[in-house]
Amino acid sequence: MRKITFSEATLEAMTEEMQRDDRVFVMGEDIARQGGIFGQFKGLPQKFGTGRVLDTPISETAIAGAGVGAALAGLRPVVDMHFADFITVCMDEVVNQMAKIRYMFGGQCTIPLVLRAPDGIIRSAAAQHSQSLESWFLHVPGLKVVIPSNPADAKGLLKAAIRSDDPVLYFEHKALFPMKGPVPGGDHVVPIGKASISRAGQDVTIVSYSAMAHRALEAADKLAGQGIEAEVIDLRTISPLDKETIFTSLAKTHRLVIAHEAVKTGGVGAEIAALVAEEALDLLDAPVARLGAPYVPVPFSPSLEKLVKITADDIAGAALAICK
Amino acid sequence: MNYDAEFLRYLYRRMVSIRLFEEKVGELFLAGELPGFVHLYIGEEAIAVGVCASLTDRDYITSTHRGHGHCLAKGAQILPMMAEIYGKKAGYCKGKGGSMHIADFTVGMLGANGVVGGGYNLAVGAALAAKMRQTGQVAVCFFGDGASNRGTFHEGINMAAAWKLPVIFVNENNQWASTTPCHTTTAIENIADRAAGYGIPGVIVDGNDAFAVYETARQAVERARQGGGPTLIEAKTYRIKGHFVGDPEMYRTKAEVQKHFDENDPLKNFAKKVTAAKWLKQADLDAIQAAVAAEVAQAVEEARRAPYPEDGELFDDLYAEGGLK
Repeated sequence: MRKITFSEATLEAMTEEMQRDDRVFVMGEDIARQGGIFGQFKGLPQKFGTGRVLDTPISETAIAGAGVGAALAGLRPVVDMHFADFITVCMDEVVNQMAKIRYMFGGQCTIPLVLRAPDGIIRSAAAQHSQSLESWFLHVPGLKVVIPSNPADAKGLLKAAIRSDDPVLYFEHKALFPMKGPVPGGDHVVPIGKASISRAGQDVTIVSYSAMAHRALEAADKLAGQGIEAEVIDLRTISPLDKETIFTSLAKTHRLVIAHEAVKTGGVGAEIAALVAEEALDLLDAPVARLGAPYVPVPFSPSLEKLVKITADDIAGAALAICK
Repeated sequence: MNYDAEFLRYLYRRMVSIRLFEEKVGELFLAGELPGFVHLYIGEEAIAVGVCASLTDRDYITSTHRGHGHCLAKGAQILPMMAEIYGKKAGYCKGKGGSMHIADFTVGMLGANGVVGGGYNLAVGAALAAKMRQTGQVAVCFFGDGASNRGTFHEGINMAAAWKLPVIFVNENNQWASTTPCHTTTAIENIADRAAGYGIPGVIVDGNDAFAVYETARQAVERARQGGGPTLIEAKTYRIKGHFVGDPEMYRTKAEVQKHFDENDPLKNFAKKVTAAKWLKQADLDAIQAAVAAEVAQAVEEARRAPYPEDGELFDDLYAEGGLK
């Protein structure tokens, strides 16, 4: 299978969906003239014109809010947040408007909107350009949240998000943009709400997503060297959560490690651990191991930044501890 | 300026609909019949009706927490509005929205909004869609003097101006942001003056004169449809009722309110003008008033009797696809 980068995969998804449906358009800061800070929009204005690929003012409330308004008027906007950290600037538009309008108005409208949010730690971007805030949005009914880890899912989930009649937050880890991987040809769509099993095993389940999914696979390699076969689940969508895939795996392994780059406190791992405790406690033979960043903003200095990152060794160590 | 009688009856009917609807809602709320809380549009009828008279059903409006008047002016029906305010299934939003979240997409009413200043960018987006599809539609954003101090005012108007979008920003300066007088939180006297900062026209109009509002809006709508971009209209008015029904209004005197109402009631202004000019007879106005009163009374009866949503509807319409339970 051909290999392309994560960034190219998102660009293919955008191109194909904009060709497929002329209601799809994209707006954000520095996406038309510059092609996006990670090159993820390069070439789109040449193909579709600056009438459908819009450079906006630095106005996150207007970007997100006008996206909602355009959706109400029948278009299918993709809005780019530049950095996921800046969603904080337009929380009203995301939480009070985008998420609630359909329900609040009794289903009179749909909000077919995708909000793209490059997140995660990369090269000492420091506290306001490194966050992983995805778990906040599990707490807001009305949103769907996807967070791919590889080029194939990046393409397939972006296409699914654009075709969805519901608002979808699309988190894309900045460190993944240059990563190459196989991407199927043709109309490759990955369904929202379905996790994937990226490695099968029977001794311990490691649940992860986004860039951390790669650390999970590396950890599984390390564990295999010690005779432990880990099953690695890549959630891909975190709202709605694919409980079934997790529970099915636990029925086999009886041990659970959850790892994410986001702060551990109140993270996706907390939600999964709570679900397992409520609905599948009998499946567990050991305590749940939860890995996430310590409760501190992402620091600038490379020597400190590495302290908040979860490594493959951390994951393997946690798995070993509960497999004893 | 000359107006045909049918148009005048339409203007008066919509203004009276708002007045009588709001009076009834206030009465029902005080009687403990309505859940939640309600904000009345009494005294500001000429703005919504004057502006919406310059629009078609295909044009869009966004509204505020004080949104009943905008709904009725845009053509929403009295019964499903009343049912919504009662929290009944027959309401516009199946009882999910209530007073602050009424919408009627069939007439381009994109919703009231519980967040002050939440509507600008929605209107900008609707106007962007109209421009991209070259439909000739315009969008109107109604907002108050209090909302003019939100950051969204700046972001929305700047984007609309930079892109010459067909959107009209209609400021209803009723002089009160909840309990706070506008002049204590805003250094300039006229919100319309801010238009200069965006390179768009800023127009001040008497918000208690339906004709003045209509003519001003008509020009702004025409300009927007021609591709001329946004206009900021400031309609000066006064909030006759409290911020919400039940507001003890410790911040102003009854005499001040009465003086404004006696001098500036938009319905009285209208009636005086059309009868003096012999465009309509007092009997015409009385007939409209009676018909609306009957319609409102009927709506209350039906809304009272209508069923609440069923428990099984709790999750309906949360998602368009793959809803959670």
